[in-house]
Amino acid sequence: MYDVLIIGGGVTGAAIARELSRYRLKIALLEKETELAFGVSKSNSGIIHPGTQNPPDSLKGKFCVLGNLLTREIAKELGVDFKEVGELIVIFNEADRPRLQQIKAEGERLGVPRLRIVERAWLREHEPNLNPDALAALYAPTAGIISPYRWVYALAENAARNGVKIFLGHKVTGITPEPGNRRLNVSVSRTEEPRRSVSGSEVTFRARFVINCAGLYADEVARLAGIDDLTIKPRKGEEFLLDKKREHLVNHIIFPLPTPTTKGILVIKTSDGNPMIGPTAEEVADKEDRSTSDAGLQKVLAATRQLVPSLSENDIIAYFAGLRPVAGKDFIIRHEAKVPGLITVAGIQSPGLTAGPAIALLVVELLKKHGLWPHRKLSFQHYRPKTTHLFSLPVTHLPFLLEQDPTYGEIVCRCEMVSAREVRDAIKRGARTLDGIKFRTRAQAGRCHGGFCTTRIMKIMIEELKLKPTEITKRGPGSNVIVESRE
Amino acid sequence: MAAALAAYQAGVKDILLIERDQYLGGILNQCIHPGFGLHHFKTDLTGPEYADRFIKQVAAAQEIEVSLRSFVVRLTADRELTYLKPGGMVTLQPRALIMATGCRERTREMIHIAGTRPAGIFPAGLAQKMVNIEGWLPGKEIVVIGSGDIGLIMARRFTLEGARVKAVVEIQKESRGLVRNVVQCLEDFQIPLYLNHRVALIHGRDRVEKVTVENNETKETFELTCDTVLVSVGLIPENELIEQAGSPDPAKPNLPGLFVCGNSLKVYDLVDNVTRDSQKAGEAAAEYLKNA
Repeated sequence: MYDVLIIGGGVTGAAIARELSRYRLKIALLEKETELAFGVSKSNSGIIHPGTQNPPDSLKGKFCVLGNLLTREIAKELGVDFKEVGELIVIFNEADRPRLQQIKAEGERLGVPRLRIVERAWLREHEPNLNPDALAALYAPTAGIISPYRWVYALAENAARNGVKIFLGHKVTGITPEPGNRRLNVSVSRTEEPRRSVSGSEVTFRARFVINCAGLYADEVARLAGIDDLTIKPRKGEEFLLDKKREHLVNHIIFPLPTPTTKGILVIKTSDGNPMIGPTAEEVADKEDRSTSDAGLQKVLAATRQLVPSLSENDIIAYFAGLRPVAGKDFIIRHEAKVPGLITVAGIQSPGLTAGPAIALLVVELLKKHGLWPHRKLSFQHYRPKTTHLFSLPVTHLPFLLEQDPTYGEIVCRCEMVSAREVRDAIKRGARTLDGIKFRTRAQAGRCHGGFCTTRIMKIMIEELKLKPTEITKRGPGSNVIVESRE
Repeated sequence: MAAALAAYQAGVKDILLIERDQYLGGILNQCIHPGFGLHHFKTDLTGPEYADRFIKQVAAAQEIEVSLRSFVVRLTADRELTYLKPGGMVTLQPRALIMATGCRERTREMIHIAGTRPAGIFPAGLAQKMVNIEGWLPGKEIVVIGSGDIGLIMARRFTLEGARVKAVVEIQKESRGLVRNVVQCLEDFQIPLYLNHRVALIHGRDRVEKVTVENNETKETFELTCDTVLVSVGLIPENELIEQAGSPDPAKPNLPGLFVCGNSLKVYDLVDNVTRDSQKAGEAAAEYLKNA
């Protein structure tokens, strides 16, 4: 029996789990995929937004401004790099100036700090690769960047350290109130069992409160409990990553003027150094459609070349698509009166990554309002040691690491300089798949795309996870890397 | 190895050979097909056999020191070199430095191929390593994108391993591989080669399920079911270290005492030519040291 059961292991679920782990509560988090952050969060751009470009009275706006502050604090505690790079919303016509001023005024009303309009001379000096036709820009210095998956993993690791039980490969199939009792029974099908035991078995979790942050599937989870006024529409975004050699293409995150549905196609700085261009915004029917298209590429190139003309198609080294879980214009965060104990956290699209920690605070308030009065834990562990990444350290520091563990000198990934020790660390922290290792360490994410390191990583996985070569997957059941081993 | 041996024979007696893998020979070790050495040794050898002839010569030349599992992490303009190996980091400044770092494959990511990103998409060289070195079969129904030599050789290799190669799809009007490979690897095994076609889409959520192939001229499309896509769309010299050292054009490094040879200078079709090129670099380095 749990006090709180969280459905969904993306950034929202992880932030809520971490916040609730401050209290003396029995908490479980269920994730249907093989690893956390494998749904919506993995394709996030990694921008910690300042709070602009949101309607003034929206939850999005309020939580974005607060989330920006909280994220800095928590990232420090959890040893995750947060870089305040600032953003520019650029205009090219005098006619657009009133709109820019309106965005500034709306941002200020929400409490976004230090907004100012900068003119052409400032842009020339601070953003030399920007299109010289740019007339002016709204400068929001508090915008920042973070690695979205390392952020989710850090939140979840810290939550787990503070007692949250995390269940991977657990897909919710039913939610039923217990008659006469304010309890919810959540039935779960285990899509991925620990090896050599029964697969596909059903289990039931009992909980006083259930929080639905199932991302793209929040509507389906709600329907299981009889809530049918929620529809999640996937909105696809294609993104294209540029070579690290172009790290200094831009100094800020560069936005065009926003449209009513999106913030537009941007030039983004990422915490790994590779600039990124995108995303597109296209409503799709299929919640698993993460395909990229030639049209998407052309659209992104055309739009971002308008902002930064020197940008070249040849700089692209990777591409992917993600799906935003759209449930109307704003976030939906509410207690379901029809199913007491069920809290919905849905439609967490942009700026959801930024808003996560603020959403978590609101969820705590909702729990209190509906009968949960938790006590703070004296033993709460705020901190998580920073993970070691050779690529982020000066060469002079490496001998100290080699003294600690000689396998820091065993380079597994040549493009991103990742050692065997880092891969083993990632596995100890929960990586179970090639993608899980990529997200945590960057091995396979460089310009050779795993040509060099894949077999080396697979051998470490075989050893550490006691897997047969054929059992290794890219991202969970069905994505096995090889079909036969003839060793 | 050829550069080190040539420098050695030209009188240089203080040579360090740095290799990041656990054995010498590089990519030759996974090239278990014949066709190596026809010019240099006047005999037909497999890749590992060709490498072995050099490994034995290097072992016999006692003044050539070999450091395996050694990975260079930094190179400066004045040839200060730092490398990591298990348990240690070494910094040294040789009087001359020969870069024989080879090349790497272009990837699916460098030529935008639309569609999904499931398991089952491999650079052809990675698939070759899996099959020939690890004994792992990546898939059973294969489509090869690009008719580079590695792709052609792997089409035959997969067929011999019991997999079915559905097609090789080449965007250009001619194969970009050697004629002998087109004949011996495709025609002899009745594997269709679609010239002037491209893979327009890759399908599949978890694992590759099929590809859509498009005729470049007529724009007609057809689908091929498969569980694996091999990408063989060319090779590019690997010379990030020279760039790191501050030379914008690695083909003409304007750094004194730095020599570049083999596939890291330009990509060759035949290993015999790589050897010849590398020997020249070894001799040039020896000459440079005499005059320096």
